[in-house]
Amino acid sequence: MPERAKVSTAWAAEAAGRPGPAQDGGTGAVACASEFEPVIGLEVHVELSTKSKLFCGCQAAFNAPPNSHTCPVCLGLPGVLPVLNRKAVEFGIKTALALNCEVASFSKFDRKNYFYPDLPKNYQISQYDLPLGTSGYVDVSVDGGMRRVRIKRVHLEEDAGKSVHESGTITGSSFSLEDYNRTGVPLLEIVSEPDLRSPEEAYAYLSMLRSILRYLDVSDCKMEEGSLRCDANISVRPKGSSVLGTPIELKNLNSFRAVEKALAYEFRRQAEILARGERITRETRHWDESRQVTVPMRRKEEADDYRYFPEPDLVPLEIEEAWVNEVRSTLPELPGVRRERFMRDYGLPAYDAAILTESKDLADYFEAAVAAYGGDAKAVSNWVMGELARLMNATGTDIRDVRVAPTALAAMLKMIDDGTISGKIAKTVFEEMFATGKEPRQVVAEKGLVQIVDEGELARIVDEVIAENRDVADEVRAGKDRAITFLVGQVMKKTRGRANPRAVNRLLRERLSSG
Amino acid sequence: MKITIADVDHVAMLARLRFDEDEKAGMAEQLSRIVEYVEKLNELDTGDVSPMAHAVPLRNVLRDDEVRPSLDPEEALRNAPDREGDFFRVPRILESE
Amino acid sequence: MRLYELTAHELKEKIERREVGVEEAVRALLDRIAEVDEAVRAYVTVAREQALAKARAADERLARGEPARPLEGVPVALKDNMCTRGIETTCSSRILKGFVPPYDATVVELLERAGAIIIGKTNMDEFAMGSSTENSGFFPTRNPWDLGRVPGGSSGGSAAAVAADEAVAALGSDTGGSVRQPAALCGVVGLKPTDGLVSRYGLIAFASSLDQIGPITKDVRDCALMLGVIAGHDPRDSTSVPRKRCDHLKGLVPDVRGMRIGVPKEYFGEGMAPGVRAAVGAALKTLQDMGAILADVSLPHSEYALATYYIVAPAEASSNLARYDGVRYGYRAPGCPDSVTMMTQTRSEGFGAEVKRRIMLGTYTLSAGYYEAYYLKALKVRTLITRDFDRAFEKCDCLVSPTSPTVAFRFGEKMDDPLAMYLSDIYTVTANLAGIPAVSVPCGFGEDGMPVGLQILGRHYDEATVLRVAYAFEQATDFHKAKPVLRDARAGGAAMGGTAARGAAASGDGSGEAGGGPTRKPAGGEADA
Repeated sequence: MPERAKVSTAWAAEAAGRPGPAQDGGTGAVACASEFEPVIGLEVHVELSTKSKLFCGCQAAFNAPPNSHTCPVCLGLPGVLPVLNRKAVEFGIKTALALNCEVASFSKFDRKNYFYPDLPKNYQISQYDLPLGTSGYVDVSVDGGMRRVRIKRVHLEEDAGKSVHESGTITGSSFSLEDYNRTGVPLLEIVSEPDLRSPEEAYAYLSMLRSILRYLDVSDCKMEEGSLRCDANISVRPKGSSVLGTPIELKNLNSFRAVEKALAYEFRRQAEILARGERITRETRHWDESRQVTVPMRRKEEADDYRYFPEPDLVPLEIEEAWVNEVRSTLPELPGVRRERFMRDYGLPAYDAAILTESKDLADYFEAAVAAYGGDAKAVSNWVMGELARLMNATGTDIRDVRVAPTALAAMLKMIDDGTISGKIAKTVFEEMFATGKEPRQVVAEKGLVQIVDEGELARIVDEVIAENRDVADEVRAGKDRAITFLVGQVMKKTRGRANPRAVNRLLRERLSSG
Repeated sequence: MKITIADVDHVAMLARLRFDEDEKAGMAEQLSRIVEYVEKLNELDTGDVSPMAHAVPLRNVLRDDEVRPSLDPEEALRNAPDREGDFFRVPRILESE
Repeated sequence: MRLYELTAHELKEKIERREVGVEEAVRALLDRIAEVDEAVRAYVTVAREQALAKARAADERLARGEPARPLEGVPVALKDNMCTRGIETTCSSRILKGFVPPYDATVVELLERAGAIIIGKTNMDEFAMGSSTENSGFFPTRNPWDLGRVPGGSSGGSAAAVAADEAVAALGSDTGGSVRQPAALCGVVGLKPTDGLVSRYGLIAFASSLDQIGPITKDVRDCALMLGVIAGHDPRDSTSVPRKRCDHLKGLVPDVRGMRIGVPKEYFGEGMAPGVRAAVGAALKTLQDMGAILADVSLPHSEYALATYYIVAPAEASSNLARYDGVRYGYRAPGCPDSVTMMTQTRSEGFGAEVKRRIMLGTYTLSAGYYEAYYLKALKVRTLITRDFDRAFEKCDCLVSPTSPTVAFRFGEKMDDPLAMYLSDIYTVTANLAGIPAVSVPCGFGEDGMPVGLQILGRHYDEATVLRVAYAFEQATDFHKAKPVLRDARAGGAAMGGTAARGAAASGDGSGEAGGGPTRKPAGGEADA
């Protein structure tokens, strides 16, 4: 079922009425939590980035004016019929393959019947017993190790519309407003087995999944725009037990952090209950982001009676091997494989390889820079993960919009290597390159940042500094070695950083020990 | 299978229908008779028979991913019983829905 | 002969030869409606202005020397479950009152492209659920042969309109016999084509896997003409079959010599009215005399067809009709505090008793724990029923049976007993379950001089054989030329009114309500009959 935005005030009020358990994660909770382990499975919905909707030709667009991307089909007008979007099916197969699933040779669509104002037909076309993909897995690196998370199923379905809730006054006169632009946008539902054992693992799995989906170019996976949505199932059991506890479904997880935090909260809450010797009641709970707690959602008994039956307005899919192979041939190198290759071919540590390969664009950038540079790949990695990442974060820039070409980064690294600029100066140079897109040589020339390589000139400046700071020089001579740092700093200041600190240090020592 | 008033209540809730007490009794009785009649199918052994969802077996009916013009919002909303701007307006949605 | 009495092919020829103008033809039909529809009540909407505008445009076209199209100027009526852009489309339900579709059904586009003029929307059992048109949310339609009797259903309005010369031809929809049974009961021709032959896009769904649009016409030639226009692949309907269009007129030869016609013994058992048995028996004799070879065949699973149908159809309907919730279009119950109450109230007030009964039945059979026992089981039996036909068609070119076990019954006769009403479909539902084509052609008169229909069933896509046998039979008989007495009562308002009053009284809906012109839109306040 597509996740929907809901007013949170009601839940907040309910939560306020009773003390939330272990909200502060107090020591007591931690102590009892250590005897338990969480068992977590995630149900992820991603909007596929097809041009048109799943069953009609309306554009699948985000943030358009209300009801401007609707037609008789997605409005569920009387008499209309769905026609399946080939691209959406291929994106589904592609994802199933990337997640190591078995692709169904025979698949079909079913109707999931429930009433909700944002669901125009009051049934959702989904896949029930014959999903596109089953029995897959994803390898996720956690705590330096690898965890294989099994994928239960991957299936296609249509998205619902959006209800905007006009939160009313206490007198109760309020309305909801319906926008059906999102109705019928293709969704891929990816359900994991309950193989995750901590909120951190859930986070890592979700990151890996997003990374894969972005490599595949089937979804932009923007959680804040709702193109990736996640519900979680979590049960808690004593450590070492192989019996599953009562699962709780968590909804309204609107960011990766929310997933992690809600699971952490829920783990503590359930562990506390179990520690008290009480039982968990099966329910769906809502993550209240503002209060950082989960609160129960009231649900009617009908909730689980969706009366699935085969969609008579669509015909089945026969996915022949040739079609699967055709789709398989479009698969890019996936992040897991690429990570291994980065470690093997570039000698990168696992940490670097994982970060660099999380995004295909970042990995492509890195590889282009390494190729142009020809030197130590780790140096490139340090710059990409260090300065480049820092500046991207600070300015909110996407790797695709970075103005420093990989070749420019490589050129700058070569300038460090041949001593044209110091590593310290390079940071200044890089900032300028990042801001303006200029080549490093131009930046260095314009700002006069070429390193002083003339030993005589440097010696002259060193002598000046010693002359101007006799007392400090005497301290050094007297054996207070740490005072030399001050003198180095003075030289750097005079040269506006263009001196090589190591050379300065050497020259100072020569003079102060001989004099 | 005898259909009880409780069954009628449950099914009516699923179907978003409401009946008064007299109607419920009549509905239970009529549905019981019909269900009893259709249970005639249990006489048949269908163990190895495949279900037939469509009379004509078609496969893989797909369209290309092409955008076609949408309705003008004004046209989309023309039949709306209630609206606010270009939204359809409905009475508030209770959280339990 | 009056203009409105002509068949479609006769009228089209006159228009093509410029003997008759399109506007003239349309006016003739509109006048006829004004004259008799007060008694028959076939229409829920008469699209007078739109029809006249289109007629004038067609006349201009012809005046410019453009060639006449296959249905040039032919006034056609549509069952009110086919969407017409700009013309109210209600399914004869109060829940859709006022709904004006922003799009045309594919069949509407095809008819108009072929030159037909849509003159109005005809009454039906609400959402096509019924066999008498008494379940219309607005008013019952009367059988032109006896205004005290039902026209059959659910396409009762279309069949009555054609029988009463209020439309030259019409479209109906057939889910379990809804084209063939009213055609039989009104003495006209009705065809349910092979599944997927005619696009369902724009047909308001009752039971998606069983619904088919089909023509209701005055003779078999018109039926073939209409079929040729509306059949064809439609990319907007995933279940539409990609086949080449074919000219169904060419195959109409009055010759059945050597053809093997199967007579399924299960269709001639108990429950058939003696008058129907006699008429159909005589028809078989006629076919035999014409040189056809009659063969006894068996369709052993026939006795399970109705049960299968009454699981599959309501289950699909319960889901198809979920969209009528008062949110986006149609009726909304006023003054509800929240959405659940609003939807529940809207549906409870907007749907009639039979629709609610079937939604309940379908919801029940799909609900948790019952899906396999009912719906899945029924889909399996559907396979068995289809295999019966496959086997029969190995030996025969087509099969024949009565269309309906009885002639048209009186108003109210079966309204208290849903099961008895469902039995009206006993000979027709199998064709829907198997997806095969079947036509009903007039074959005489039974009890009280009411029309009887002969059903001819064929192999998938073999409309040609079905129509050929129907045509040959029709050419050898005169039944299709018989007209209800209504035709002669044209000027006799008193006599006609008297009959109408009798009908209304029998239906128990109050004859006083029967007033108002044919162009009057449905009052909508009438209780479910």
